[in-house]
Amino acid sequence: MFILKLIFKNAFRHKLRTWLTILGIAVAILAFGLLRTVVSAWYAGVEASSATRLVTRNAISLIFTLPLSYEEQISHVQGVKIVARANWFGGIYIDEKNFFPNFAVEPKNYLSLVPEFVIPPDQQDAFIRDRKAALAGRKIADKYHWKIGDTITLKGTIFPGNWEFVLRAIYHGRDKSDDETEFLFHWDYLNETLKKTASLRADQVGFYMIGIKNPGLAAEVSQTVDRMFKNSLAETLTETEKAFALGFISMSEAIVVAIQLVSFVVIIIIMAVMANTMAMTARERLGEYAVFKTLGFGGAHLAGLIFGESMVIAVIGGAAGIAATFPVAKAFGEAMGDYFPVFNVAAATIYMDIAAALLVGLVAAIVPAWRCVRIRIADGLRSIG
Amino acid sequence: MGLTAETPPIVEIQNLSKSYRRGSQVVPVLNDLTFDIEEGEFLALMGPSGSGKSTLLNLIAGIDKADSGTVKVGGVDITTLTETHLAHWRADNVGFIFQFYNLIPVLTAFENVVLPLLLTGLSRSERREHVEIALSIVGLADRMDHYPGQLSGGQQQRVAIARAVITDPAILVADEPTGDLDRVSAREILDLMERLNAESGKTIVMVTHDPRAAEKAHVIKHLEKGVLNVHTETYF
Repeated sequence: MFILKLIFKNAFRHKLRTWLTILGIAVAILAFGLLRTVVSAWYAGVEASSATRLVTRNAISLIFTLPLSYEEQISHVQGVKIVARANWFGGIYIDEKNFFPNFAVEPKNYLSLVPEFVIPPDQQDAFIRDRKAALAGRKIADKYHWKIGDTITLKGTIFPGNWEFVLRAIYHGRDKSDDETEFLFHWDYLNETLKKTASLRADQVGFYMIGIKNPGLAAEVSQTVDRMFKNSLAETLTETEKAFALGFISMSEAIVVAIQLVSFVVIIIIMAVMANTMAMTARERLGEYAVFKTLGFGGAHLAGLIFGESMVIAVIGGAAGIAATFPVAKAFGEAMGDYFPVFNVAAATIYMDIAAALLVGLVAAIVPAWRCVRIRIADGLRSIG
Repeated sequence: MGLTAETPPIVEIQNLSKSYRRGSQVVPVLNDLTFDIEEGEFLALMGPSGSGKSTLLNLIAGIDKADSGTVKVGGVDITTLTETHLAHWRADNVGFIFQFYNLIPVLTAFENVVLPLLLTGLSRSERREHVEIALSIVGLADRMDHYPGQLSGGQQQRVAIARAVITDPAILVADEPTGDLDRVSAREILDLMERLNAESGKTIVMVTHDPRAAEKAHVIKHLEKGVLNVHTETYF
């Protein structure tokens, strides 16, 4: 208890220096936590993917479509429970900056494949019944103040024209990590309109979402589906939803790696700052440490004092940084909601924050402690007076 | 307190030599010293600056290592002890009084004095009892909760003396204990040390430049260029 008191008193002997160091650590931990959360947000789609869902798309590229007739054939593959067709619509709501993912889907099958979308039963029925119906995630409904029954117009980019929908249902995610920014509408509405306006583009599907009976069948079903359409005009590539999502991320992998790198650089910088603070502190107190040695305190005691002081500063700074991460991440998530539909501070990020703060405290004390332990008493005493 | 011829010397120094290295140059500080300090003796070490008196004090107190020779304190040859054993030995056997008091500024008088007791197995209440007694002896029972910055130089040195005697060591070493004090405070400190020697039988080895301080000692030894001057004054 006495030693703990001494450690705290030592830590705040130079109040300005200590508080500035604490502020530095807090900002570094906050930055580290935010950057790690950005990386997590990037992978949110991967994390939310299901092991029992496969995605079949055109083997050449996602921008090429597949014939509608594939749906029937895929549904007969052994191990397949359900198939839902879908198209990336790429519509714009009023202005380009109002981005949210929007898909044309076969509603009944698609919804049975995404149990993480929690929808009130009456709204779900209304969405399935009405061909012009739309289903929106809670976040975008809140953001644009949409209510059930509202007419929403999207400007088509891939499919030109103004497309009107009636909001029939709003879903919320089952878990915090579920995306609540999607906008879904009937594939048939898209297809029938295309039949009238651009018949060559009708009966074409962007991708098929396949529900399988158990995750163990993923490889077998994927191979069977792709083999089935080999040497056809539209060869397929079937992969798990996770692999599909990772494929998107790999396109921006350099950015993710850069963010990860910067997050670690922030910690290394604050480690150097903290080490400098501890080195100054230990140098100033060399005489006192010599007195402690004179009184019979050993190297372990002195190392304990220095490590303790370093850890106190690091833990206070780390705790402040972690505490600040939540409101800052919330504000960041709200401001950047269009780009990061899921922006939650994960438990793993907090554990990494704690580990980083402790590491900073530990590493910063190594050299000063080593010097103090090795200093000869007579030399230490000479630094006094 | 008088010396008794029957008791063996508390400090036995044999052929003690010590030198320092300044770059490539070796500077001899102590040269083949041999002498004893009797138990209960109040010894003043005098000599000009650089004569090696503080080095000798450090060697007797086990805070520096000799190049050759032996220093036996209470029968223990401390030149053979490892750093860890020396630390334990110092905690049990030596009390230190420094010129600049060397109190820890963030600790109160009480907390400064209790420091050496943290290395003992005493309970919290026992430690408090010991500290209260020690501070009473030095006349600072009412200043227990004061920080060094709130005390005068003389009071700080008395706290340092309380810290030095708190573990009841056999020997007290003092390096210029009055060097940073005014005349009145210096006299008070010397009186206190004299009292500790006379009433508690503490062996005191004091380095000083001040002849008035040295007058309090039973024995004055003069060091010059690392050797003991044959002239030793003894007062009883």
